[in-house]
Amino acid sequence: MKLGITYMLLYIVLAPFIGGFLEGLDRKISARMQRRVGPPVLQPFYDVKKLLNKQTITVSTSQMFLLITYFVLMVLTGALFFFGADLLMCFFVMSTAATFLYFAAVVTSSPYSSAGAQRELIQMMAYEPAVLLTCVGFYLAAGSFNVSDIAKSQMSNIAFLPGFFVAFVFILTIKMRKSPFDTSASHHMHQELVKGLTTEMGSRNLAIFQITEWYENVFLMGVVGLFIINRNPISIVVAIAVILLVYFLEILIDNSSARMKWQQMLKITWAVTLLAAGVNLIMLMVIR
Amino acid sequence: MANISRSPWLLHYDGSSCNGCDIEVLAALTPVYDAERLGVVNTGDPMQADIFLITGGINEQNKDVVKQIYDQMPRPKVVVAVGVCACTGGVFKDCYNILGGADTVIPVDIYVPGCAARPQAIIDGVVQAVGLFQQRLDEHNAQKRKEA
Ligand code: SF4
Repeated sequence: MKLGITYMLLYIVLAPFIGGFLEGLDRKISARMQRRVGPPVLQPFYDVKKLLNKQTITVSTSQMFLLITYFVLMVLTGALFFFGADLLMCFFVMSTAATFLYFAAVVTSSPYSSAGAQRELIQMMAYEPAVLLTCVGFYLAAGSFNVSDIAKSQMSNIAFLPGFFVAFVFILTIKMRKSPFDTSASHHMHQELVKGLTTEMGSRNLAIFQITEWYENVFLMGVVGLFIINRNPISIVVAIAVILLVYFLEILIDNSSARMKWQQMLKITWAVTLLAAGVNLIMLMVIR
Repeated sequence: MANISRSPWLLHYDGSSCNGCDIEVLAALTPVYDAERLGVVNTGDPMQADIFLITGGINEQNKDVVKQIYDQMPRPKVVVAVGVCACTGGVFKDCYNILGGADTVIPVDIYVPGCAARPQAIIDGVVQAVGLFQQRLDEHNAQKRKEA
């Protein structure tokens, strides 16, 4: 219990720094992949600091409220996770948070922002099955939905859940808004949607969005780590190594692929989910 | 460099340019010059931009667009006119539809001459704009503190 609260507080305090630092690394490595020098690693923090200092332009008064709700729910998701609570619960809170983001985008009634929001919903539709199946997989492998119990398994859960791991890493590309699937809000400039979901978020609101993304990424990386972690403390080191590897893989995919249409995204994601996670699920049920 | 903003986000708008300057602006973002190492991000969204970089002259059709983009940008902001077209109207100055440089509709802070302006000159102009942006940001913050 006490340990759970410590982890939770650590997450709430450290996640924005870790998330921001990971994004800085991301931009640096991306630049190197394109043979550029790239911005300093602390660039994301400079960006957020500047955004917080600029004049706030409010397109719609409720946008700020909706974004803050999105922020709070996302922090809650991670907090629950690192506290060791129910994994299903974490993912449901995460989906609720995403809904608030959707509202924050449509409430402005800007066509770009609304179209981005529509695509966000489609993205949710694409990744939700894999997310839910991951929870089921953990239950079958570890016998509990509780993160604290799963983390105390005899063996790393990835031994039972390789297919689920593949499916989860696959949808991470969507969740992290990386290239083949970044249809709703692009971090690459000059696309048909301007900035999609975030088009109408100026200065402070964009900063909130950015920080929430960092919290979210750290939470998602936590889930990746959950696949590896077990009773043995050494597994923590291995988990961190796997997390960094997965992050690098995402950057590589981001830089080596072009954007897809949402129809393709839906098809491919569901196919991978069904094949990898589905087959794994059936095998687990047969074995147990 | 210590007192310079590390995060200038840039909005590029093409007035009635011949595209020569636009190509040079984009060249400044390529690996050879890599403006992102200075923290420059080329954004398409006025609400998130700090520096308004405009190429080409102003004509009857785009004057409202330019004005609107300028108004949508949150303070503090800096305007850079790239190429002689954006500075004065350039070779198109005497055309029946051209009103002149960007400063006919919005206040321009930095003028980058050249036809077409070279990437080095553009980056130099942007770096100066960044300095000015930081100055305005400091003033803006001082004002906010006074009000609070
Ligand atoms: S300054 Fe020269 S190169 Fe630039 S837009 Fe005008 S005519 Fe074209």
